Amino acid sequence: MLGFIIRRTLIIVPTLLGVSVVVFMLLAITPGDPAELLLGERATEESLDAMREYLGLKKPLHVQYGLFLKRLVKLDLGETIWTRQKVIVEIKERFPATIELSLAAMFLSCLFGITLGIVSATRQYSAFDYLSMLGSLVGVSMPVFWLGLVLILVFALNLGWFPVSGRIGIGTDLEVITNFYVIDAIWTRNWRALADVLHHLTLPAVALSTIPLAIVARMTRSSMLEVLRQDYIRTARAKGLSEIKVVFKHALRNGLIPVVTVVGLQFGILLGGAILTETVFAWPGVGKWIYEGVVKRDYMVIQGGTMLVATAFVVVNTLVDILYAVINPRISIQ
Amino acid sequence: MKKKLLILGLVLFVAMLGCAPKEEAPKVAPAAEGPKKGGTLVFGRGGDSVGLDPAYETDGNSFMVCDNIYEQLVAYKDESTDIEPGLATSWEISPDGLKYTFNLREGVTFHDGTPFNADAVVFSIGRMMKERNVKFFGEGFEIPAQERPPEYWVSMEMDDTVGSIEATGEYTVVFNLKRVEAPFIANMGMDFASIISPTAFVKDPKAFVRNPVGSGPFKFVEWVADDRIVLTAFADYWDKDKGPYLDKVVFRAIPENSVRFLELKAGNVDICQFPNPADVDLARKDPNLKLVSQPGMNVGYLGFNHTKDMWKNVHLRRAVAHAVNRQAIVDNIYQGMGQIAKNGIPPTMWGYNDDVPGYAYDPELAKKELNLAGYPDGEGLPELTLWSMPVPRPYNPEGLKVGIAMLGDMGKAGIRARIVSYDWGTYLKRQREQPDDRDLFQLGWTGDNGDPDNFLAVLFDGLASPAIRTQWKNERYHELMLKGKQTIDQGERARIYREAQQIMFDEVAAIPVAHSTVIWPMRKSVMNFKLHPTASVRMKSVWKE
Repeated sequence: MLGFIIRRTLIIVPTLLGVSVVVFMLLAITPGDPAELLLGERATEESLDAMREYLGLKKPLHVQYGLFLKRLVKLDLGETIWTRQKVIVEIKERFPATIELSLAAMFLSCLFGITLGIVSATRQYSAFDYLSMLGSLVGVSMPVFWLGLVLILVFALNLGWFPVSGRIGIGTDLEVITNFYVIDAIWTRNWRALADVLHHLTLPAVALSTIPLAIVARMTRSSMLEVLRQDYIRTARAKGLSEIKVVFKHALRNGLIPVVTVVGLQFGILLGGAILTETVFAWPGVGKWIYEGVVKRDYMVIQGGTMLVATAFVVVNTLVDILYAVINPRISIQ
Repeated sequence: MKKKLLILGLVLFVAMLGCAPKEEAPKVAPAAEGPKKGGTLVFGRGGDSVGLDPAYETDGNSFMVCDNIYEQLVAYKDESTDIEPGLATSWEISPDGLKYTFNLREGVTFHDGTPFNADAVVFSIGRMMKERNVKFFGEGFEIPAQERPPEYWVSMEMDDTVGSIEATGEYTVVFNLKRVEAPFIANMGMDFASIISPTAFVKDPKAFVRNPVGSGPFKFVEWVADDRIVLTAFADYWDKDKGPYLDKVVFRAIPENSVRFLELKAGNVDICQFPNPADVDLARKDPNLKLVSQPGMNVGYLGFNHTKDMWKNVHLRRAVAHAVNRQAIVDNIYQGMGQIAKNGIPPTMWGYNDDVPGYAYDPELAKKELNLAGYPDGEGLPELTLWSMPVPRPYNPEGLKVGIAMLGDMGKAGIRARIVSYDWGTYLKRQREQPDDRDLFQLGWTGDNGDPDNFLAVLFDGLASPAIRTQWKNERYHELMLKGKQTIDQGERARIYREAQQIMFDEVAAIPVAHSTVIWPMRKSVMNFKLHPTASVRMKSVWKE
């Protein structure tokens, strides 16, 4: 088991190295000059030249890549072109917001997705089954941008139940320690702030959860259906176990294995930042930050952001693989 | 068990809904007499600031915060770009126009308690010079190396203008210029010329961009990236008669236009920058909102490729000018938030020549001009390329749509063309290279200092430099531009620029398309907020009822 974990963890290094090479090559062939974008209409050849020199864009690409790797080893991602801040600082400022939102969305997805999946599987072809699967189809196909606006219109503006956007109200004081507002509020026992933060978190989390929720629900349903048809389940029922025990004790553990994989993948995707949800709800996360980095050709943001997303994705999936092995010991042997 | 799980889920969800406090929307009070002190104003904008060190910033979102933290030697008046005293109470210009002596205001302090004096001016401006030819009056400061080229200083060619800066007394600064430069005083009112606290900067030059210290009406408190920047009133502000009245100003970044407007309607934001045109109508009908508008100090234009022989033909240029229906463009694409341009400078600027008739939309006249150009009914004229911007700009909300409208118009006059576009960075870069595959191009400009030179010379005087984007070359025009720069008397300069605009019109140097209008909805409780032509956002004299 330990060997499996070590092997699995070591694969992360070449994976990330590969990502860094691909990102660099893509940047090299992408048109657009950050100096030009920075200076806009008023750029002169002279000011552009000075800016390119300053930004190190005149160095050959392999030298730039070498410098990048050298910094990366020291966990230094350099400074952004636009804001002149350390990339690592910019990530620290934004990544907690993304993690918080992703966790909330995954919590909702798992809670409702797995519940719906189980109920649908145990009542296959019932009205509930049809309805929940139809609902999940709608969930998968709904544009998040549109859904976000509808949620804001209905629940924030008309009903007034939730704030329109942002992470915390203007009038709410919170001592920021970790930049995870929920944790900070609990840490400082600031219950008013905690309520406000959860209040702000709800609508974006609901909007962001629709797609993973639908996928989790469908996956749980099909996986549970398969498991419920197996012989040992029939045996369990024949023993006279209650349906609840059969489903939750015997079927669920096996039925959840593919669901865990899907949850891991979905969580990894969410950690890459949800550009649309972040934009609609003015949520200061990494998704919009990376997107703007791309638009402005801020190479440092793109490199740092991509490495971050790749790392998050790889780490989550490594954890999932390990978790998989825990749930199903046969996997580590292979 | 299944039921329990469902119920548990529902209970958790409802708990999340129920436990949060409701924010009360501010009520609109009847207007009282005179300014009211106190309160927080939340300004909703499309994006976060890039940085808050005025020497290095280039974007509006950074400058709007800087406008409230810093001040300059001279200031623009509230609703125009006329100059009035700022941190300098008066100034004298030597007869040869090469020496500017500023007498500074006494009793001003920076937010960190550092006294404002001549050395602070020498430090703030001197740090942007390539060769630091500066002299302090007192102990002075070691000016740290430049972090990167100070963009505005470079693009306004200040290194070619300013020779040395000298503090000749505690409250006297002398600027010795290398050349006569009439717009110099106006430049000193721009954001890049802000005076910063030298002690705060020297303490940690790298950190200053996130910890700005100036002498303005508000001081910096907090910056939550991509979310908000918070300022509070500066208690020791020197100009107390005019403000600040608000306790706190919060600049909130809300990227989505419609969400920003909804925040305004919900009362969580007091001013909403850049609304969708459709929301402007909604704001008009909302009893809690009002609209404030200001013609923008900008121009969007259609340029010709003057480096190509074909475009040396003035009749061909005139044919295009009369073919394009600019009124329809302003009505349908600017959606009323703009006005037709007839000159290269906006009508609010001094020196504007209102006698220039502008190019009338007249397809028949366009056809006649096309005939005169030697292309009867467009025969022999190759298919033209019309470059159109891929991004919205302050002077043009949708370059591609404007381009398509122009194609249709030109087609009616017998001029065939197609749209070409690139990503924005490539567009700017290739445009400057004056490639042969470009016949017509859209571009524009937002003014920096309210001086006609900042439009007419920077955009259209191709003889001045190969970097001028239009590359239109006209001897008389060039002479006028040089004369305009070297004449100190504003009346005389206005005459010069009026003549220049007439030449531009006669020669069809470019086709001015439109000036956009800035319209911002705000809560009725916001009082005395004035939109400035330079797009600066000033909270100094604003209060809330």
